[in-house]
Amino acid sequence: MSEELQTNSLIEQLPLKIREEVDKVASAKKLNKAQKEKLEVEIVKAYNESRFEPGDVIGIIAAQSISEPATQMTMRTYHFAGTAGIRVTYGLPRLIEIFDAKKELETPMMTIFLKSAHNSAEGARKFAEDIVEKYVETLVDTVSLNLGDSAVEMELTNKGRNSTVVNAINEAMKDVAGAKTRGDKIVVVAKGEIDVKELTKIKEKVMNIHITGLKGVNNAVVRREGDDWIINTIGSNLESILGMKEVDSTRTVTNDIHETATVLGIEAARNLMKMEAMKTMQEQGLDVNVRHIMLLGDIMTFGGEIKSIGRYGVAGAKTSILARAAFEETIKHLVKASLRKDSDSFTGIFENVMIGQVIPSGTGMFDLISKIGEEDSEEKEE
Amino acid sequence: MIMAEKQQTRAEVFLDGKYLGPTTDPESIVTEVKAKRRSGQLPDQVNVAYHKHTGEVKIVTDTGRVRRPLIVVEGGKSKLTQEHVDKIKRKEIMWDDLIKNGLIEYLDSEEEENSYIALRPENITQEHTHVELDPSIILGFSASFIPYAEFDRGDRVNYGAKMVGQSIGLFTTNFLQRTDTKSNVMVYPQQPLVQTHAHKIINYKEHPNGMNVVIALGCYEGYNIEDAVVINQSSLQRGLLWSYLYRSYEAEQKRYLGGQEDIIGVPEAGVRGYAGEDAYKHLPQDGIIDPEEKVVSEDVLIGRMSPLRFLGTMDQFITGVENIRETSVKLRYGDNGIVDRVFLSETTDGTKLIKVLVRDQKVPEIGDKLASRHGQKGIIGLIVPEEDMPFTEDGIVPDIMFNPHGIPSRMTMGKLLEIIAGKVAALSGNIVYSPIFSPTPENEIRSLLAKHGFRDDGREPMYDARTGRKLESEVLIGSCFYQKLDHLVSNKIHARSRGPVTLLTKQPTEGRSKEGGLRLGEMEKDCLIAHGAALVLKERFDSDRSTVPICSECGLVAHNDKMKNKNVCPICGNSKIIEVEMSYAFKLMLDELRSMLIYPKLMMKEE
Repeated sequence: MSEELQTNSLIEQLPLKIREEVDKVASAKKLNKAQKEKLEVEIVKAYNESRFEPGDVIGIIAAQSISEPATQMTMRTYHFAGTAGIRVTYGLPRLIEIFDAKKELETPMMTIFLKSAHNSAEGARKFAEDIVEKYVETLVDTVSLNLGDSAVEMELTNKGRNSTVVNAINEAMKDVAGAKTRGDKIVVVAKGEIDVKELTKIKEKVMNIHITGLKGVNNAVVRREGDDWIINTIGSNLESILGMKEVDSTRTVTNDIHETATVLGIEAARNLMKMEAMKTMQEQGLDVNVRHIMLLGDIMTFGGEIKSIGRYGVAGAKTSILARAAFEETIKHLVKASLRKDSDSFTGIFENVMIGQVIPSGTGMFDLISKIGEEDSEEKEE
Repeated sequence: MIMAEKQQTRAEVFLDGKYLGPTTDPESIVTEVKAKRRSGQLPDQVNVAYHKHTGEVKIVTDTGRVRRPLIVVEGGKSKLTQEHVDKIKRKEIMWDDLIKNGLIEYLDSEEEENSYIALRPENITQEHTHVELDPSIILGFSASFIPYAEFDRGDRVNYGAKMVGQSIGLFTTNFLQRTDTKSNVMVYPQQPLVQTHAHKIINYKEHPNGMNVVIALGCYEGYNIEDAVVINQSSLQRGLLWSYLYRSYEAEQKRYLGGQEDIIGVPEAGVRGYAGEDAYKHLPQDGIIDPEEKVVSEDVLIGRMSPLRFLGTMDQFITGVENIRETSVKLRYGDNGIVDRVFLSETTDGTKLIKVLVRDQKVPEIGDKLASRHGQKGIIGLIVPEEDMPFTEDGIVPDIMFNPHGIPSRMTMGKLLEIIAGKVAALSGNIVYSPIFSPTPENEIRSLLAKHGFRDDGREPMYDARTGRKLESEVLIGSCFYQKLDHLVSNKIHARSRGPVTLLTKQPTEGRSKEGGLRLGEMEKDCLIAHGAALVLKERFDSDRSTVPICSECGLVAHNDKMKNKNVCPICGNSKIIEVEMSYAFKLMLDELRSMLIYPKLMMKEE
């Protein structure tokens, strides 16, 4: 009886997913109670065996497990992602971007899912068109300068937009010029006497007036995946897109980790970092266990903000002076430490390798504490 | 409306990078220079180019530019006509005449930018300015020796060309008169059975770089796995791919300030650095080794004694044995061989100069690198007695068994064609010429092979010599040209347990020639850490372990006072010194920190 209880409690400790799977297998194979118990005992044993032991150097194992496949990554940066026709940063450059926690991405992107009401080819296409950032210049078919009237005349590709554009121009150019429609054309007449130079300036200003769309979204492509119509954008503006009523905000993501951190919080950023890193590796056909990337994600985000892997991030935050000096900017660290009278406690691995001592991990993590006769005056530097 | 003002062209003219002045008509400068060069008014080494995007006209006459000859095209027609070709054949005109008459000119990289070059005469259009002499000149020197290169993938041709450069052959015919520091000479080099135009042009027969081997494509007990090749022992005994390694050593009898000079002779015992009687056993009275003497690693070739480098106290001026140091020339560490010849000469300063040439016979052994001309390299994996190699119905035994797994992924079809063509050449007694882009066609070779009574794809039934059983499938067997590359194991093999250390760090020296250790590097270190093998790691990094006396007060390195046989701290005079075990490199770092005026204080803790 007591043994049974023990087994039950042991299996309770395992993750839910494994327990569910055990149940599934048990019912599929029609195991009786005793058989199931035996299975559970074996599962618990296997689970415990596959866990890390105290003293295992998970950091270096994670580093090696990620960097060895990364050496096989091709340096090829660009790749046309099939039908979408969007150019995206792939492979090693993208991986470096993630781990360096770059603020400015080479290709910021969003993947937008729509609510069921708008989840159709037509709805998606319309929405995609709406969110793309548009200026007067992008809508215009022809532009010409009319020197006699000191006016800028233009014709839009889509005449139905005339009034929106006129309003927008009037709004933006209130003091300098006024716009109105004349037939199919839009005429922007400058206020007061004006020469050619100033008129061209006005023309340029008019061309750059923002009409519709979300800031930063340069392009949007609709794609079908199963039942979903997905919109991929170049350029990212997560905050605005999540506020839109057509958008399924539970599934919509960007690839910008910093943006995710500000909009959704650090946990979301950690998850995104993990997803993006995994995606990048898998695209190249490299199989890396998530746990290694999860560890990296934890290290990069546990402080509440995103730290890069490198001199200014994780590696720069090492406690040991010698370990930092051995990595990069040797002189800076040594001089700073001497000015501040810092001390190195020799608790890390790197420092102990340097001085030729046993490293405090693996088999060197544990000491045998016993007093036999007189104490050895063994030394330890601090 | 605003009219764009017509922009006047303006360009800066440079001669060999020096600014000459501006021009408004760059095109006519270029045409004029070209016309004058072609008519012989300017030297033919002058090149001129107009770079529109930077607005520069560059006239170049510098030395050391790489230039290549091209046929001039004018008005959509090659200036070199059939008439000229006939005249050349009749030897009425020569190459120089073609250049003088502006039919052919040399372009450098600058002028190439302004040219539009047709690959073949039939491709010429009105826009073309030049046409290639022959499409095959897209290949460089080494690559032009690869037969059927157009059937190989581009990268393989690249690798192949690189390896042609590493092959051992007859690099010069007067090698016996030369004293190169290091040279390899093949013993029985051959010309290939399948050749290209390049072999004819450069008089290849005088400088062959490999041998023709009978090659069978098949596995042999896994000993030709991963690009290795299995080689026939009897072929080796018949001299296949043998070579000699020549190395020259030299010694000069220098004169020094104060009338002293080196002494060439057998050093006497008592000289500083005397290496012991055994080291000088080969030396005759004059201190210079005789030809045909067998020598091994670090044997003395030329005995020499020099005066001390720095003269200090008075008694060092007295010439005596103890004031002479030994500066003999020894055979390199790890080498051995036979003294081939000894040259006695004088330098331009009139000092005596001795050069000793040592030869070492290199019979192919397991680990030596071989390569065919198609970027297919491999090392010898096993040497098999002839009686154990498979044979054909005619009793032909291959010299080399090449693993067929090396073919599909690398797609070196040229190699397969060479094997068949080589077979045809061997059977007919005629060399197959197959210049690039105009090769002897595959079907022609096949029909020739069939004519000799073989299967036209070169495959033959073969028998396993050990069992006598017929092999299940027919095997491609033919002749292929193989090169022995200058990466011989005997020149590389190296191991060390204990040995010399460097003075500065007390860590083992680096490199085979210094009997160095094999470095356990940064990444290897990480692996030991990842395995948690803390004590293995400590042991591996123990090479410079040393015990350093540290003052318990100030935490600096103390020293041992030999007179009193006591450790004292030179800074605070404290005598409570603790001996600490650390790597010498760390002690060195502490010293360096102190030299930077940083005080690295070691704080001790009782444990």
